[in-house]
Amino acid sequence: MTQNLKPQDREDPEKKLDLTKLKPYGDSMNDGKVQVSFTLPVKISLKAIEAAKYLAVKMGLRDPLVAHSQDLDNGFSFFIIYGELKHNIDYTNINVSAIDLEIMSLKEINNFIKKKFKRKLIVIGASTGTDAHTVGIDAIMNIKGYAGHYGLEGYEMIKAYNLGAQVSNEEFVKKAIEENADILLVSQTVTEKNIHVQNLTHLVDLLEAENIREGIILICGGARISNNLAKELGFDAGFGSGTSPEMVATFFVKEMDRRLNS
Amino acid sequence: MIEKKKGDINQRSKLDLDQKKIESARKLANKIALKTQNVIEQYTTTSIERSVCRLLGIDGVDNYNVPLPNLVVDQVQRANKLEKGVALFIGNAMLSEQDSPQRIAGSISRGEIDITSLNFNDIDSIKRILINKSKERLNLIEKKSSQRQELLKKYGEKSGPYIYVIVATGNIYEDITQAKAAARQGADIIAVIRSTAQSLLDYVPYGATTEGFGGTFATQENFRLMRNALDEVSEELGRYIRLTNYCSGLCMPEIATMGALERLDVMLNDALYGILFRDINMKRTLIDQYFSRMINAYAGVIINTGEDNYLTTADAYENAHTVLASQFINEQFAFLTGLKEEQMGLGHAYEMDPSIENGFLYELAQAQMSREIFPKAPLKYMPPTKFKTGNIFKAHIQDALFNMITIITDQKIHLLGMLTEAIHTPFLSDRALSIENAKYIFRNLKNLGDEISFKKNGIIQKRAKEVLDKAYKLLEEVYSLGLFDTIERGIFAGISRNINGGKGIEGVIKKDVSYYNPFIDLMQKKLFRGDK
Repeated sequence: MTQNLKPQDREDPEKKLDLTKLKPYGDSMNDGKVQVSFTLPVKISLKAIEAAKYLAVKMGLRDPLVAHSQDLDNGFSFFIIYGELKHNIDYTNINVSAIDLEIMSLKEINNFIKKKFKRKLIVIGASTGTDAHTVGIDAIMNIKGYAGHYGLEGYEMIKAYNLGAQVSNEEFVKKAIEENADILLVSQTVTEKNIHVQNLTHLVDLLEAENIREGIILICGGARISNNLAKELGFDAGFGSGTSPEMVATFFVKEMDRRLNS
Repeated sequence: MIEKKKGDINQRSKLDLDQKKIESARKLANKIALKTQNVIEQYTTTSIERSVCRLLGIDGVDNYNVPLPNLVVDQVQRANKLEKGVALFIGNAMLSEQDSPQRIAGSISRGEIDITSLNFNDIDSIKRILINKSKERLNLIEKKSSQRQELLKKYGEKSGPYIYVIVATGNIYEDITQAKAAARQGADIIAVIRSTAQSLLDYVPYGATTEGFGGTFATQENFRLMRNALDEVSEELGRYIRLTNYCSGLCMPEIATMGALERLDVMLNDALYGILFRDINMKRTLIDQYFSRMINAYAGVIINTGEDNYLTTADAYENAHTVLASQFINEQFAFLTGLKEEQMGLGHAYEMDPSIENGFLYELAQAQMSREIFPKAPLKYMPPTKFKTGNIFKAHIQDALFNMITIITDQKIHLLGMLTEAIHTPFLSDRALSIENAKYIFRNLKNLGDEISFKKNGIIQKRAKEVLDKAYKLLEEVYSLGLFDTIERGIFAGISRNINGGKGIEGVIKKDVSYYNPFIDLMQKKLFRGDK
């Protein structure tokens, strides 16, 4: 990396990566370059473009460039803006409770279940509430899985039920009781107006009302889900995008083992 | 500008498909549909009877917001007389009370009359009064249909794909703002997404609504408000903007009726969708589908079928033939109700895993295949959704490839893909960017389809042949099992449903010999013989 820097850069402390002052990267260190796009509910005009620029400044962008602006409809205009973010963040001071586990393989997970629990684990998954997308839950549960990773249906020691999309929380809890589930997986892919938060909280409430929350490992996943958010909402874990079935399975078998055997 | 020569595409097979096989597949599908039709015709449903009420002019709700059509049908069902059809009781009450269906329904709602316990008048006079009333009401629907024809004549029909976009704010007035904006940006069809799980309600909500989840309730008033708004914007733009809503679900024929009365142009109408994805009882919804498609046919509405949905659960490469087989069956069911080919928006989708090598070629083969097998149908082509991620930049390119297939293979109802598909319901800007993408590609590639032919026995021809062969085998299997058994075995979309399970089975009623529904006869007369 260093050999690519020009001589003047090498001496400039501003151009060095400083994890206590982390900034976005465009094409050189600490340039802070970001792109934002948004719509304003006013007709396109020089004034509207100026307003977009001021908003960008308020967002913390230095030298905002309105790279593109266009009319969307009478009374709506669209902007693409580039600028330098003046803010930075102390990376060394960020704590996320990311699920930090050594991911086991399918075979290891099956063996772990055989050895520790001596029975199949029952997993029920669904995309609950108004969400019609099954992509998340399918990636984790369908035998086909995702990117070459078999889903939970393909695990010998897991009995997996994928209820699909738009499952009401009530229906989901009913199935959990019927099947005596060990683990519940909830997927929230597309949501609007933060309805997923309400929906997830409602599920926790229902499980508590039925007195089965304690006995279940409750996990949610989705593009907008973080482990932090999940825990805040009363889940045992939350997984974001790019999660493999093995990651989820490793978490729940270890968690179950911790609960039973410690 | 060079005009596209449609005939070329329709008459010559670029795929060198086996025409005899297509012919036999149609015959098989016809036998499958007829076999099912024999069962369908023995039954009526509560929702069909409620549609008869609506067709006779009964509308509105009581003090508890229960729709009057439900109250009327409930009264007859409670007396265990629904097997005769609700019409006879309404006709009889019209004679005895010398009053209109709507006022009689009002009396029922106030508990003032029981139409099942009145003395029966002479059956011929009952039928006569019903036929007169029905003709008067069907005239209203015909007026709406000719109004559409006049507007299309005035503005001219668009050649090339119709750009179809959705609005889904939950609030009809906000939907109108978005719909008008979308039309101005270039959309040709506006679909108002319904509130989540409305398909499972066994009644139709009433009036203008402003609160829905993930969509807006389908009500007759919402239909009317949106149609008016689109008429305004059509006038402004000099283009006819079509309106779509959904009638699949427990109220399929009732919503078809409302759509006919309010000049909707396109309606999603698919029993299989309800069975597989909403767990609606298969008998209930296939029976409902028959009557609702007849209404759609009569009103000049284009139906959209939901085969594309199979590929959201099953693999799009491996299960392409299930889509084709279902299209064959849906076509035959539609013919039986009097729908013309020009009204059959058979569904399919661009849903293959983007990591498949030559995926674009397979999609091209399949889209061209649907086009050649159903040359007159305004095919409904769905965009990629399953493999969309939060990477909006990639998603925009996925949509670009999809747009290319549409213009190359001459698809008609083009559901526009959104770059933010995997994130949220579309922002105003998402829709604008997606429309811009589609228009750019449609303009630049306009006549590409006319210019290219496919290599003999190349990847594309072979793929189409393979899908047709597999679809044919599947149709043979469906024929030997029967449609009900096929669904029970989970052959479509990998989802299995039980013939006596699912929602709405309590609303299925075996018809008595005396069963009477004036609309079936009147509509059939016109649809099959061209009489007025």
